[in-house]
Amino acid sequence: MKYQSQKVALAYFAVALGLFAVQVLAGLLAGWIYVSPNTLATVLPFNVVRMIHTNALVVWILLGFFGAAYYLVPEEAEREVFSVKLAWVQLAILTIGTLGAVASYLIGIHGGREFLEQPLWVKLGILVAAVIFLVNISLTSLAGRKTAITNILLLGLWLLSLLWIFALINPDNLSLDKMYWWFVVHLWVEATWELVMAAILGFLMLKLTGVDREVIEKWLYVIVALALFSGILGTGHHYYWIGAPGYWQWIGSIFSTLEVIPFFAMMSFSFLMVWKGRRNHPNKAALLWSLGSATVAFFGAGVWGFLHTLHGVNYYTHGTQVTAAHGHLAFYGAYVCVNLAIMTYAMPVLRNREPYNQSLNMASFWLMTGGVSFMTFVLTFAGTVQTHLQRVMGMYYMEVQDQLAIFYLMRFGAGAAVVLGAILFIYSIAFAPRERAVPAALQPGE
Amino acid sequence: MSEILTKTRARNVFYGGSLFFVAVFAALVANSHHYIATTSTSSLPLTDEVTLGKRVWEANSCINCHTLHGEGAYFAPELGNVMTRWGLADDAEGAYEALDGWIKAQPSGIEGRRQMPHFDLTEEETRGLAEFLRWADHTDTQSWPPNDAG
Repeated sequence: MKYQSQKVALAYFAVALGLFAVQVLAGLLAGWIYVSPNTLATVLPFNVVRMIHTNALVVWILLGFFGAAYYLVPEEAEREVFSVKLAWVQLAILTIGTLGAVASYLIGIHGGREFLEQPLWVKLGILVAAVIFLVNISLTSLAGRKTAITNILLLGLWLLSLLWIFALINPDNLSLDKMYWWFVVHLWVEATWELVMAAILGFLMLKLTGVDREVIEKWLYVIVALALFSGILGTGHHYYWIGAPGYWQWIGSIFSTLEVIPFFAMMSFSFLMVWKGRRNHPNKAALLWSLGSATVAFFGAGVWGFLHTLHGVNYYTHGTQVTAAHGHLAFYGAYVCVNLAIMTYAMPVLRNREPYNQSLNMASFWLMTGGVSFMTFVLTFAGTVQTHLQRVMGMYYMEVQDQLAIFYLMRFGAGAAVVLGAILFIYSIAFAPRERAVPAALQPGE
Repeated sequence: MSEILTKTRARNVFYGGSLFFVAVFAALVANSHHYIATTSTSSLPLTDEVTLGKRVWEANSCINCHTLHGEGAYFAPELGNVMTRWGLADDAEGAYEALDGWIKAQPSGIEGRRQMPHFDLTEEETRGLAEFLRWADHTDTQSWPPNDAG
């Protein structure tokens, strides 16, 4: 750790990991309700469980991004964070807001737009926290060295914060509501978050492989250009069946097919840098998570997204378990893994734990990746059967669901593996005792 | 390639191209806004009752079990065409009575079957919800879903 103020990232990572645990436990419970539907039916209905599952996910991913920014911007700008106190205020607002949101969900107070269920005071709190963050991190960056990594990271974070304004706009017309709702949901995960992801991956490649900064930063601009060129008009693939004009079927099909390319580029970039790099960095776990993130994101977001994005296919698969399969693998690969990668890289440094041996952490990667992959496969099968029976044969929804029981049982098993993996990760990164030193020859170069 | 595509050029292509696509997207969204407001959702008027129904739909977070025009959770049936499925898309009174009967019968308590929670709605709220679902059913969704099963 070069700058004292980087330490505040540790608090962000800690809260993020706590919410990660909440997210996967709520997911496991939701998976169990699919298997045994009477579970807690009157006390804690499925809709509230799912709300906690998705909201906890989004908030912890964002906290991870904020933590990553507080860790890497000082190193890139070569100076301390503008104000550590503001960073703490921001974290306090977000933590209180999150706890308040969960408490109000449990007593039945929530909004009704998917993923944006937070009460208004929490939404405004998030806005205030975002403004504090942007001011704090932008002033840090402006006063110091400006790099492509910080440029892209800050651009992504500024844009995603601006898009949050659409979370506060809810037209009475349902179709308009849906059109603007996607400004937050799609333009977050398939545009602005990709910028953040690419910046974090770029930083990790710089540190782990030792490849020249010029090469990495040029790649980064190419990747984020591909992401926005395809992702902005790619929003059209959500506008096929919500009452929007028919031209979105072609625009959405073409541009969302192109969305595969930036993910392919990110995967190629990561492997190429590792092959070119001469540095033998001892933090093998961080490298595993970085490469894993780029690879699983390509399959989850790229391949599984393409699977059902063409409008002729989507006409039949829209809103089935195929969507659920894609959602799980895409979020895991792109945003869970990249967060766990930067945490795996930064937390030992922040906790003064180098040198390290992270076999437990690497085991958790395989357990979680195996679990989410298996979950994706069984949900894809479930979705295929559902599509045929319901959308082609015209069987009623609940009759079809009865035919899918075996897939839901296997999904629960896969979910249990993910929860075990998550617990193992949290233990290995935050609680495992300091391990024996590795030989000096394997010490990190940077 | 490294001579043609320098870092500065890559950056300029990124900024310029992104601005171009944002502009195209904004123009298409403006056109879609107009189309939705005047064409695809105009077959039934957006009354206060429909608006109230939307608030009821949101306050009870129906979207975290059901789907509406295919978006939402995938735990309970599609409701964008529920009034067509019930044969009540053009019968306001019938739609209210059927929905009221359905909501009051929940939860079913049947072992091994997914449970819809009990919702305490006033008559006005249930009427609003029924009108909201009828209104949504009349939206031109490019003939989605493929059949009445939703």
